[in-house]
Amino acid sequence: MSIEAIINIALFVFLGLTAFAILKLRALFAVVMLSAVFSLVSAALLVHLDAVDVAFTEAAVGAGISTVLMLATLALTSRHEKAPTRSQALPLIVVFLTGFALVYGTLDMPRFGDPQAPIQVHVAPKYIADTQSEIGIPNIVTAVLASYRGFDTLGEVTVIFTAGIGVLLLLAAFIREPEGLRVQTMDHHLVLRVVTKVLIGPILLFALYVQFHADYGPGGGFQAGIIFASAFIIYALVFGLENARKAVPGRAVRLLVACGVLLYGGVGFVSFLFGKNYLNYSVLGADQVAGQHLGILLVEFGVGLTVAAVMVSTFYAFSGQNPPIGDEDW
Amino acid sequence: MVITGDAFNAFVFLEIASLSTYVLVAMGAKRDRRALTAAYTYLVMGTIGATFFVIGVGLLYMMTGTLNMADLAERVPAIGANRTLVVAFAFIVTGLGLKLALFPMHLWLPNAYAFAPSAVTVFLAATATKAAVYLLLRFLFTIFGTSFPTFEPTLTYLLLPLAVIAMFAASTVAIFQVDIKRMLAYSSIGQLGYMVLGMSFATVTGLTATIIHLFNHALMKGALFMALGAVVMRFGDATIDTMRGLGRVMPWTMAAFVAGGLSLIGMPLTVGFISKWLLVTAALESGLWPIAVLVVASSLLAVIYIWRVVEAAYFEPPPEGVTAGEAPPALLIPTWILIGANIYFGIDASLTTRVAGEAARALLKTAS
Repeated sequence: MSIEAIINIALFVFLGLTAFAILKLRALFAVVMLSAVFSLVSAALLVHLDAVDVAFTEAAVGAGISTVLMLATLALTSRHEKAPTRSQALPLIVVFLTGFALVYGTLDMPRFGDPQAPIQVHVAPKYIADTQSEIGIPNIVTAVLASYRGFDTLGEVTVIFTAGIGVLLLLAAFIREPEGLRVQTMDHHLVLRVVTKVLIGPILLFALYVQFHADYGPGGGFQAGIIFASAFIIYALVFGLENARKAVPGRAVRLLVACGVLLYGGVGFVSFLFGKNYLNYSVLGADQVAGQHLGILLVEFGVGLTVAAVMVSTFYAFSGQNPPIGDEDW
Repeated sequence: MVITGDAFNAFVFLEIASLSTYVLVAMGAKRDRRALTAAYTYLVMGTIGATFFVIGVGLLYMMTGTLNMADLAERVPAIGANRTLVVAFAFIVTGLGLKLALFPMHLWLPNAYAFAPSAVTVFLAATATKAAVYLLLRFLFTIFGTSFPTFEPTLTYLLLPLAVIAMFAASTVAIFQVDIKRMLAYSSIGQLGYMVLGMSFATVTGLTATIIHLFNHALMKGALFMALGAVVMRFGDATIDTMRGLGRVMPWTMAAFVAGGLSLIGMPLTVGFISKWLLVTAALESGLWPIAVLVVASSLLAVIYIWRVVEAAYFEPPPEGVTAGEAPPALLIPTWILIGANIYFGIDASLTTRVAGEAARALLKTAS
């Protein structure tokens, strides 16, 4: 058996075990942690499949930001799951049927990695052949994401935008910020304080690198936005929400949420004005390649802006509530 | 979503629409906290539906290497019988079935409709599930096509029976509802049954009936929920008790409700009649006269649940201390515009039938 297969099998076993543990555990803190592990293992699998851009996103979103948000939710609700009241037979049957259908579906699939698979011979060769001459950037994934299928990505940014304003709307509408918020900071922990101070700078720098280096290496607005946001969230966790809000006020963040989507959509409109199709960046520069470079840079920046702003403002909204669980209870 | 020619685009836009809907339903929590649970159920079910749909699209991409609908429509039939494609078909139909609340995957719908704010319910009823019906039409007829191996069996042995059960089960449950918003929500599930039924004939008339009912149902349910919104605005809820004597208290609102109700039942001179007429014709054309009888019989159930409201509103005195008072014109005028549309397109259906007929022919042309 090749070493590749062994790694794959090991990772899938981990994945299965984690999923089973998540199902069985009632302690939600452990469940949240395990789902972070699940994402990390998935990310490792994706790296192994050479899908580094996707792995990067999975690690940043699944293992990073969503864990923080889940913990923030736990702090507002409860740390223990209630025992289910209804019979679980029907869901189990549905799950087995779905699993059976998925396995059945693999029977006629092209073999894994088959160079003659339809997916490899229809549209993909065009992307591989033309990216250099049409877009002129080494990372084909970024070219597909931001240019060839730029409309999908615009949709995805809008999904994040919609989800973000949805969460803000819900939290603002139904939970009033308590008077005299109990300020919870952790800056009395010396180690945390020092480590945070040391880390925040490099994290922000790394986010900018991921953002603007996406043409050459794995990364892009989605990943960068999340890394950027996590720096702010770490700061807010350790030095308190008030201090974080002083650095970046909530109003400003909420404004940026919309700015990112507007920037993306706006770039699309500019190509309208030049008489080209929506989101055709070729008109933005002196020649086609320069235009594509500028267009991708701008829309990726729009993505990063919206993602980071949505994450930060969601975190603000969550931790603005007074948590019933104190610092020491964790 | 509706104008896209790309399967993955459709997924992304379906999700944008659904996410906004989940939040909008949750906004009903200002009136009743149960809206949060309703929205959460809707979120979970909707997300499962979306996941199934995207699994199907992913499998399609794996087998064809394209996401473009026109390209898919060429390449899928060329591959022929293939188990992966069959599974893709199953996932797409199931996922969209969840999104459009096809019986028995409708359980999220009544609570979502009942607890959402009235204005949101109007939009939900008039648009949300319709988009999924449309996508199902596009995927079934344009991409897979009538020659796809599982196409005929799915339509005849799955969609048709489920649609008929939806028509009867949902309408029967509607009769026993106390909350009228909930009653209309169940009625919507039944009406979606009519749409899926028309689709399952896979004939031009059947598809015309489906497409025209998409539009007509939006008109009638929009008007009905708006009239109910006026009642909720005045009394805080819309239970059958609240409706007592409303014919005298809010005459214009209730008149609109009755007109919308007649349209729902399928009275001649309303859009409901046009839909039912086409549906019955389609059933007879396909030689399925028992189905035609069932369509008419299920309309009788609509007569019962609408009559309950009419009886309470017109034949019972209003409770003590309730004074006559109409809803503000800002609410009444749009309601009556919709009622007007119900009647206009019920009398002169040439425009709607022509458009729906052309769409149906376009779908079947690519399918054959």
